[in-house]
Amino acid sequence: MKIVVCVKQTVDTAAEIAVEQGVISWGDTPLVLNPWDEFAVEEGLRLREAHGGSVTALTVGAESAQDALRSALAMGADNAVRISDSGLEFADSLVISTVLAAAIHKLDEVDLVLFGREAVDSNAGVLSAQVARRLGWPSLALTAAIPVLTPADKSIEVERMLDRGRQRVRSSLPAVISVVKEINEPRYASFMGIRKASRVEIPIWSLADLGVDSVQPGVAWLEMSAAPQSDVACEFIEAVDEAAAAQTLVARLREEKVI
Amino acid sequence: MDFRLSSEHEMIRKMVYDFAQKEVAPTITEWDQKQEMAPHVLEKMAEQGLLGICVPVKYGGQGMDYISLGLASEELEYVDTSLRVVLSVHTGLCCLTLLQWGTDEQKKEFLPKIASGELIGGGAFSEPGAGSDFASMQMTARRDGDDFILNGEKMWISLATKADVAIVTTRSLLDAEKPSQGLTCFLVDLHSKGVTTGDIHGKLGVRAGSTGWIAMQDVRVPAKNMIGTEGEGFKITMSAFDNGRYTVAAGATGLIRAALDASVKYAAERETFGRPIMEHQLVQAKIASMHLNHEIAQLLYLKAGWKKNMGMRNTLETSRAKQFATNASFNAASEAVQIHGGYGFSDEYPVERFLRNSKGAVIYEGSNEIQTLIQAGYALGKRRDKPLRCELPAYDEDAWLEE
Amino acid sequence: MTSKLLIYIDHHDGMITPASREALGAAHQLAKASGAQVEAIVLGMDTGLAAEEAARSGAARVFQANAPDLADFRAEVYAGVVASLTAGAEAVLLPDNGRTRELAAILAVDLEAGLIPDVIELEVREGAIVAKRAIYSGKVHTSIRGTGRKPVVLTLRSRAFPAFSGEGSPGKIEGIEVPPIQALSEVLSYQTSQEAVSLADAGIIVAGGRGLSNNPALEAPSDLTDPEAIEKWKAMEGFKQLQELAGVMGAAVGATRAVVDAGYVDYNHQIGQTGKVVSPDLYLAFGISGAIQHLAGIRSARTIIAVNKDAEAPIFKSARFGIVGDMHKVIPALMDAFKEMSAQ
Repeated sequence: MKIVVCVKQTVDTAAEIAVEQGVISWGDTPLVLNPWDEFAVEEGLRLREAHGGSVTALTVGAESAQDALRSALAMGADNAVRISDSGLEFADSLVISTVLAAAIHKLDEVDLVLFGREAVDSNAGVLSAQVARRLGWPSLALTAAIPVLTPADKSIEVERMLDRGRQRVRSSLPAVISVVKEINEPRYASFMGIRKASRVEIPIWSLADLGVDSVQPGVAWLEMSAAPQSDVACEFIEAVDEAAAAQTLVARLREEKVI
Repeated sequence: MDFRLSSEHEMIRKMVYDFAQKEVAPTITEWDQKQEMAPHVLEKMAEQGLLGICVPVKYGGQGMDYISLGLASEELEYVDTSLRVVLSVHTGLCCLTLLQWGTDEQKKEFLPKIASGELIGGGAFSEPGAGSDFASMQMTARRDGDDFILNGEKMWISLATKADVAIVTTRSLLDAEKPSQGLTCFLVDLHSKGVTTGDIHGKLGVRAGSTGWIAMQDVRVPAKNMIGTEGEGFKITMSAFDNGRYTVAAGATGLIRAALDASVKYAAERETFGRPIMEHQLVQAKIASMHLNHEIAQLLYLKAGWKKNMGMRNTLETSRAKQFATNASFNAASEAVQIHGGYGFSDEYPVERFLRNSKGAVIYEGSNEIQTLIQAGYALGKRRDKPLRCELPAYDEDAWLEE
Repeated sequence: MTSKLLIYIDHHDGMITPASREALGAAHQLAKASGAQVEAIVLGMDTGLAAEEAARSGAARVFQANAPDLADFRAEVYAGVVASLTAGAEAVLLPDNGRTRELAAILAVDLEAGLIPDVIELEVREGAIVAKRAIYSGKVHTSIRGTGRKPVVLTLRSRAFPAFSGEGSPGKIEGIEVPPIQALSEVLSYQTSQEAVSLADAGIIVAGGRGLSNNPALEAPSDLTDPEAIEKWKAMEGFKQLQELAGVMGAAVGATRAVVDAGYVDYNHQIGQTGKVVSPDLYLAFGISGAIQHLAGIRSARTIIAVNKDAEAPIFKSARFGIVGDMHKVIPALMDAFKEMSAQ
């Protein structure tokens, strides 16, 4: 099976984010492989272990994005490709999905594309569906399990975690899947993987290499600001026992018209 | 001069950090309270390849360099000292002694099973009556045909009840000119007849670790298991300490960082006099000190590791790194407890465990007083490094990664 | 602004979802500012009632499609139908959830349109719709606008907008024909969860953390000896207590990551950075310390109440009211207090 995992380099979720004059900064906390993408890489590796083939990590980004690819290689991915072009400066999901789809097309004979559920910086979770649509492949977002996969029949069954419940879907391959954390437990990097990751030359593909002429974003970002912090002073309910405390609390909530 | 760690080193550090956080951190307090080593630790470390991290691939290891050993030690001790102790004795004392002093046949025969973690290795040097005054150690080895018969007791041996094999220093030449010249090392199969082991409980710290004693009563060891030549045991033991000590230095650096991170976190949350305590200058002073000491400790052990990579003698560097880092980690842990106030005194927070753990390293692997004497020797020109018959092999990436 | 706003109506058991009513409400506000016409689309098998409700809720025209091919929600199928109705629309608004976000994504590709998911605020600036959304796990707000191509596709976060509450004559319902669709996937089954109230729609949420398993007054049954099993049993008893309270208050039940990871509670209930982001009016946190990852999920809760035996727990910094005490005693007391209040 030829498997592609789309990954992103993001800010560590523990980082302190500051917004100053519309520019976001996070101090010197290092960037990391998007945590959701670890589950996607792991799933790719498990499927390769079960069905043979290869796992290629793919990203769009500047040089620092190489680290996300190296993390995937250190876990055991076979290859990595980075897409980079000055024309991608204001890219939105419309553009990125175009570029990723072109790269997957160029990689040729891909059976399955995996994404993490969303990137922890953009919190959008739309690329997997958009890439699927551009390729004309089924989109299976929010997949929590892959109970059946028959590459020879080009068929897959997944369980998707939707808001009101679990949906079981059968679809043809190739397909594009985004995964949620229920699906597996990502492995650590291995020494062998680390050696490979630090040695391998990662090819860089430009828009020209992908045969993409020009890209037009569909949205533009205007201003940015830190999310408002509520300056809440906690009112501690003092009472002789829990029963009294509960009574007092309910009374206060009514007074404040919360209930 | 490039002070940056390679991307390979950064990835190794991250991998060990992730491993320790996930596999050990969640339950470490419980095992520490039970005074037992968590059963899955050795197995998982072996599985991950950590136990043979700096042993050449053709001898069953991962073929990484000595700096990787240091980085792994730092990240393991960041979670708990007991983890780093495994690396210190199995990799530092046992594997590296074989790598340095073993003949080609011995390396081929003994190393692969140990480096891969199939067999757990240790180092048995100290005795109930001989710690700092190592040359006075008493365990004997008497030749009997093609074997040696060992008698005596070793104490304060990490992994005593868990190890399958150990490098053991004995006295085999009873009429040597100087006591230090009568010592001989063997690789002993701890499952041999006559070997008994037991755990030491009631330690102040490293309670989730395994520390114990090994008693030998007429234990038969084949002569082919002699490491080095007869009478070379003192030199071999001292060079083993250069390796064990290095991991202690790196580990203590991780402990400083653990104390620092715990303190920073607590200081941001805890409020007194209407503001987070991190805004109080005396608290800031303590934290700044830990922060600085971590950097110093790290620079010291990385330089020692670099020298090992280059095949350069590093007794002085290792001594400095061990002494500085362990003293600093004891201080950092103590200040961390202080910053946590009353809560620091309770096991609800990890800092009291850091403090108890840190005291051990100031004592073992060459007490810090001994380290002072070593350094004074170099400073006064009284101590000069003479070339050893077998030096620790320099790191050779291509050769070490060869299958 | 051009003349049309198209609203995708999410419906369930013949009723339009509360989030869809909010989307209609948001559209109504935008339309007031620009004079645009609000239109709705309802897709499915038995969409009659839902279409009528949409027509009564501010949509001047409701496109209704009933077809066997549309019985199961499949984003790739629905997107084609929606796309065919967007000519002249300024924007397509969808209530946000897992399925509709996927639908919006695919629709945006079909239309080569800008996509702005999980919108929390809307305004009109210089004749264009500007949407605000949260990024960096809720730490940053950013305002986004379409680049000029129309329509823009937006999904609106649950409970971020007021539901439509106006009057006026009901809109016209038009049936639309749906040509047979070649779908790439087939839904085999759909197991809905038991919950009466979903977290995304909930006005009140009661949530439990590590404190769930820590009930000093609780004795585990004698046949349980393994400490892990005892802990799990206690946690599940604690969770039952929480569900009872939720029943009395008409609330949804949530949990922290620690509790889910330990296996005491299903992932469906997880609130936080790796779980759900919720926006209730009232959030009651029981035995929850207030780790940053959890707080990220409740940033837009209007009023937070915390009950924890540790006075130093960080959750109190985000809470409007706090009780330092045993949550297992507070919960039954609250149930009584609420029952009393409803009786009055």
